[in-house]
Amino acid sequence: MKKIIPALLLGSTLVTPAMAAEVDITIENITRGVYFTPLLVAAHPIGTQLFQLGEAASTELQAMAEGGDISGLETQLVSLGATIQANPAEGLLGPGSTTMTQLNTDAAPANTQLSMVAMMLPTNDGFVAINSLTIPTEAGEYSYYVKAYDAGTEANDEVRGSGAPGESGFPVPPPLEAKIGQNGTAFAASAEGFVHVHRGVLGDTDANAGNSDIDSTQHRWLNPVAKVTITVQ
Amino acid sequence: MDTRRLHRLAQIGMLSGMMVGLAACDSSSDNDNTTEMTRQYQVTITNLTAGQPMSPALVMTHSKDWQSFKLGEPASVGVENIAESGDVSVLMTAEAGNEAIYSQQAGAGILTPGSSELFEISTTATGTLSLSVLSMLVNTNDALAAVNGKDLSTLAVGDTTELYLMTYDTGTEANSETADTIPGPAASSGNGEGFNAARDDVRDAVHIHAGVVTADDGLATSTLLSQHRWDNPVASVSIHRIE
Repeated sequence: MKKIIPALLLGSTLVTPAMAAEVDITIENITRGVYFTPLLVAAHPIGTQLFQLGEAASTELQAMAEGGDISGLETQLVSLGATIQANPAEGLLGPGSTTMTQLNTDAAPANTQLSMVAMMLPTNDGFVAINSLTIPTEAGEYSYYVKAYDAGTEANDEVRGSGAPGESGFPVPPPLEAKIGQNGTAFAASAEGFVHVHRGVLGDTDANAGNSDIDSTQHRWLNPVAKVTITVQ
Repeated sequence: MDTRRLHRLAQIGMLSGMMVGLAACDSSSDNDNTTEMTRQYQVTITNLTAGQPMSPALVMTHSKDWQSFKLGEPASVGVENIAESGDVSVLMTAEAGNEAIYSQQAGAGILTPGSSELFEISTTATGTLSLSVLSMLVNTNDALAAVNGKDLSTLAVGDTTELYLMTYDTGTEANSETADTIPGPAASSGNGEGFNAARDDVRDAVHIHAGVVTADDGLATSTLLSQHRWDNPVASVSIHRIE
């Protein structure tokens, strides 16, 4: 077996790693009935993160998680020199739907990390995220299964309400209007105070009453909630 | 690395053992490491759920370009049969002549929660080698526990790797959770229908299963109870390459 080693070393020197200047990113919503609000996809330098598990969310992350507003995070990323694609799906990315985008870091080789976020509806402050993944540099196709997180900034009362940061309830954009219940009395809950893996929603089976405006047969999920494929040319 | 050159080396009979070593260390997944040898694996599947017996698993080895189903797309009738009734024969028959399939093996019986089954798999097929495992969680409408094509081309002789099964919803049957529509023992009070050709779920496309709601959690028409819930992963697969 020892004889193999020189051959191996020779082999690896012959591999020319593609510099990850341009990558294609495919994002699939693999849930039963959860919608993603406009996605923010970015390549940025190492050492920065959009959130840290166990720590309080930034106000920018809170605005994304509670109302789908990615403008604050986008501003932050721009100031870091990030390469950004905002809202590649041009609106909601529905369950079973796929969107594609590209990041070209030719002009910014320090942007070696991938982050991606979007709010999940219907949730109070649930979001799907990739948090500073090192983008592969060798040519190939790489798939990642992605989890749902809770920003910890809003009580999971599971009823219609506001998408504004700090206000209770979740927003219901027009395409979801008929899918979401009403007159739920709301679960007694409080904001957890730190970002964590989302425990899921409960929902109920009564569209016009009950605790929740979420439908337990349609809007629950188990991880993973998204499949992200990075193609390095 | 020039994999074509490696092919030729292997074909003229030079150091087939060296091929294995090279393949094991080659991290690029595109190598098409043709060898003339037999590849043999011990595959142990363990049910990790609390209360979901798994139907006899279908274990397949195949080219890495083949998949039994794709997320976001309609399931084949063969996969639908596994997910709705645990019947692997339709898919096995459909794929019997497929050159991309190297081996197909069905489990001996129901895999109850906590139990394991060992599969011995052997193939002389050449080229990339992926493993797929498909099994129904029987106390559901159409939940499919699966490994959907895991590339084992680089697993060396003597090495072991561990995988986990996620649960997919094939999207082929409404998740009514009623005793008339679930074939497992939790539905013994009803008709317990397995396969039904109708496709009446939220959409005819495979997605990650959202779990069962159950009567204990407010779905009055459900025949399922708290112990039939699960989280991913639902099963483990230990793969040991012996040749």
